Amino acid sequence: MSPAMTAMIDIADARKTFTMHLQGGIELPVVSGVSFHVNPGECVVLSGPSGAGKSSILKMIFGNYRCDSGRIGIRHRGAVVDLATAEPRQVLNVRRSTIGYVSQFLRAVPRVATIDVVAEPLIVNGLARAEAQARAGELLHRLNIPERLWQLPPATFSGGEQQRVNIARGFISELPILLLDEPTASLDAANRAVVVELVAEKKRQGVAMVAIVHDDEIRHLIADRIVDVTSFAAA
Amino acid sequence: MADHDMLENVEPLLVAKSLSKSYGRIAACRDVSFSLYPGEVLAIVGESGSGKSTLLQMLSGQLTPSGGEVSYRMRDGITRDLATLGEAERRFLYRTDWGYVHQDPAQGLRMAVSAGANVGERLMAVGWNHYGRIRDTASDWLTRVEIDIARIDDAPRTYSGGMRQRLQIARNLVTEPRLVFMDEPTGGLDVSVQARLLDLVRSLVAELHLAVIIVTHDLAVARLLSHRVMVMKGGRVIETGLTDQVLDDPREPYTQLLVSSILPP
Repeated sequence: MSPAMTAMIDIADARKTFTMHLQGGIELPVVSGVSFHVNPGECVVLSGPSGAGKSSILKMIFGNYRCDSGRIGIRHRGAVVDLATAEPRQVLNVRRSTIGYVSQFLRAVPRVATIDVVAEPLIVNGLARAEAQARAGELLHRLNIPERLWQLPPATFSGGEQQRVNIARGFISELPILLLDEPTASLDAANRAVVVELVAEKKRQGVAMVAIVHDDEIRHLIADRIVDVTSFAAA
Repeated sequence: MADHDMLENVEPLLVAKSLSKSYGRIAACRDVSFSLYPGEVLAIVGESGSGKSTLLQMLSGQLTPSGGEVSYRMRDGITRDLATLGEAERRFLYRTDWGYVHQDPAQGLRMAVSAGANVGERLMAVGWNHYGRIRDTASDWLTRVEIDIARIDDAPRTYSGGMRQRLQIARNLVTEPRLVFMDEPTGGLDVSVQARLLDLVRSLVAELHLAVIIVTHDLAVARLLSHRVMVMKGGRVIETGLTDQVLDDPREPYTQLLVSSILPP
């Protein structure tokens, strides 16, 4: 079968340029000719130096950055949606039930308790609050966030704790695609190992993942395939 | 899941077609078209004079457009042109299916009657007549907007700005509207009070599956509350899209200027 038949993500010739109108309209080419696919149960790691456009590609796959041209094919509830041309409502539906994004930083809502921040993606998808919180608790426990912190909003937590809350929130969902932007950046060895385990579990469940990881050791542990982003350098 | 299918297949709640408003030779609003779906939060952003308030007034039936039309899917499922509604139907919409949160709570509340009466009044307007039930429902709503029940018999003129705004929200939501218009709802409030109000609005909107059209000049408010934004300038919509797309990847020179003018947190 061709990759397009089974892939969860199928990107073809995607291109992104920023036009900076406040700087005299200069054009900043970011990437062009981006083409790769990701199958279920596979983790593709994007490699390349800082500024090569790794995060931009992740944001294009999430529909956060718009593409100038090309196609971002996402398998969403059995059909393929092209996020490069999708309506806002469609993008939101894809995010709700297909693509999760674990960013480097937690964009926390003030006043919401950590346990609810983590449980929210399940509640949005219809799970009962008590069950969602129980699953959130399990994940927080695995990621070594002590129970006494669960009822507090994460805004006051350390950088590493916030990142682990963010990871719990990202991994709790049962979405078939996960995008990981430096998920282990500010974690200690023990917590990095937990993240590696979580990624392995997601693979066994058939989740397709695209990750940016600078740590070589982690990259070797999670990558099934490496896509070199420098080959998409904009001309 | 059932509610997803609903989200994906449902018809729009409100549709604006080529809305325009001119005052003599001055065009305050030109050729605005969009559809709003149930549960969707749309932010209209732009600076003073961009036409966003004129647009909100036309959408909420308070101002007659010079051109174009607004249609709304009524509770019976039939979509109607607002201009063809009779007075009784229009009043019914305002009292039940729509809410309108003003920037100045004094415009949306009766400042001299009790908080409980402010909330209860809207229920009485739709035919509730059992005093005990009205008072229970009013108390319930005061609690939901985090107003101490001990203050139920006090008039809002004795309330702080933040409390007044929360009371105005309770008064609007008590009839379970499907669409709420908000005009700079955090405009006159201190920053800390703003954060609390936004947080409250955000959770109520999600819980009640409300559609909201919110006018704001504050992009942080748009980011926190809305799914989609329309950027207005000189009476026109110059850019529109998913909120995070428009704010993280703005295309138009004016939108880039607005985004770059936000002070870092």
